[in-house]
Amino acid sequence: MLVTTTKGDMDDSLLEKRDGTVDNDNELTTWVEYWLEGELVHRSAHVTLKKTATLTSSVASF
Amino acid sequence: MANTQSMCTSFMSQLMLGEHQLGTATLVSRTSLTSPTTDTLKAALYLASATMDASATVYTATGEVSGTGYTAGGVTVTNATAPTSTNTSATAGVAFFTPSASITYTSVTLTTAFDAVLLYNSTQSNKAISVHTFGSQTITAGTFTLTMPANTTAAALIRLATT
Repeated sequence: MLVTTTKGDMDDSLLEKRDGTVDNDNELTTWVEYWLEGELVHRSAHVTLKKTATLTSSVASF
Repeated sequence: MANTQSMCTSFMSQLMLGEHQLGTATLVSRTSLTSPTTDTLKAALYLASATMDASATVYTATGEVSGTGYTAGGVTVTNATAPTSTNTSATAGVAFFTPSASITYTSVTLTTAFDAVLLYNSTQSNKAISVHTFGSQTITAGTFTLTMPANTTAAALIRLATT
């Protein structure tokens, strides 16, 4: 598989892959990094938002 | 300095003034009495060192990320689903809205950590809508994707609720 890197498209077999996940109340995030000889050449992240922006309203009584 | 997830305070009064048209064009716009139009929403990313919160009134380039492949102002948000409202009791209900597709920044390099996105209405003078935060990220020759929550009464990205 070709990976877009800072050095152009490279075959992933040439790269060291690191990935991870963060899952908490606010988000589910996955990220993937590709390293070439100790240099970060690609990093992508995918965040799924969990928390909403909520306005709670009320009306006054007479 | 930090970013804080919140609905922008100015957005609340602007809702009462009818200044925003989210989702599909279901209302007659402010500029045309015959051809409903939908406002264009955009999403801009902000550095972790920025201060973006409920006090934001309009999009600003101050504190915004910069880098290869990123255009100031961010990207256009797919805005094809009209807001929905539903009653949960005789005295309470929820109105909610979620963009209809993920927000994606493709082929970007953003080396300074960022942790917030500002949703704003570019049709209406870039008026701010809401700020959403997440864990700090950097992107290197890659893609940053924000996937929207389910467009439901409990999970939608923007909710207006009576209790």
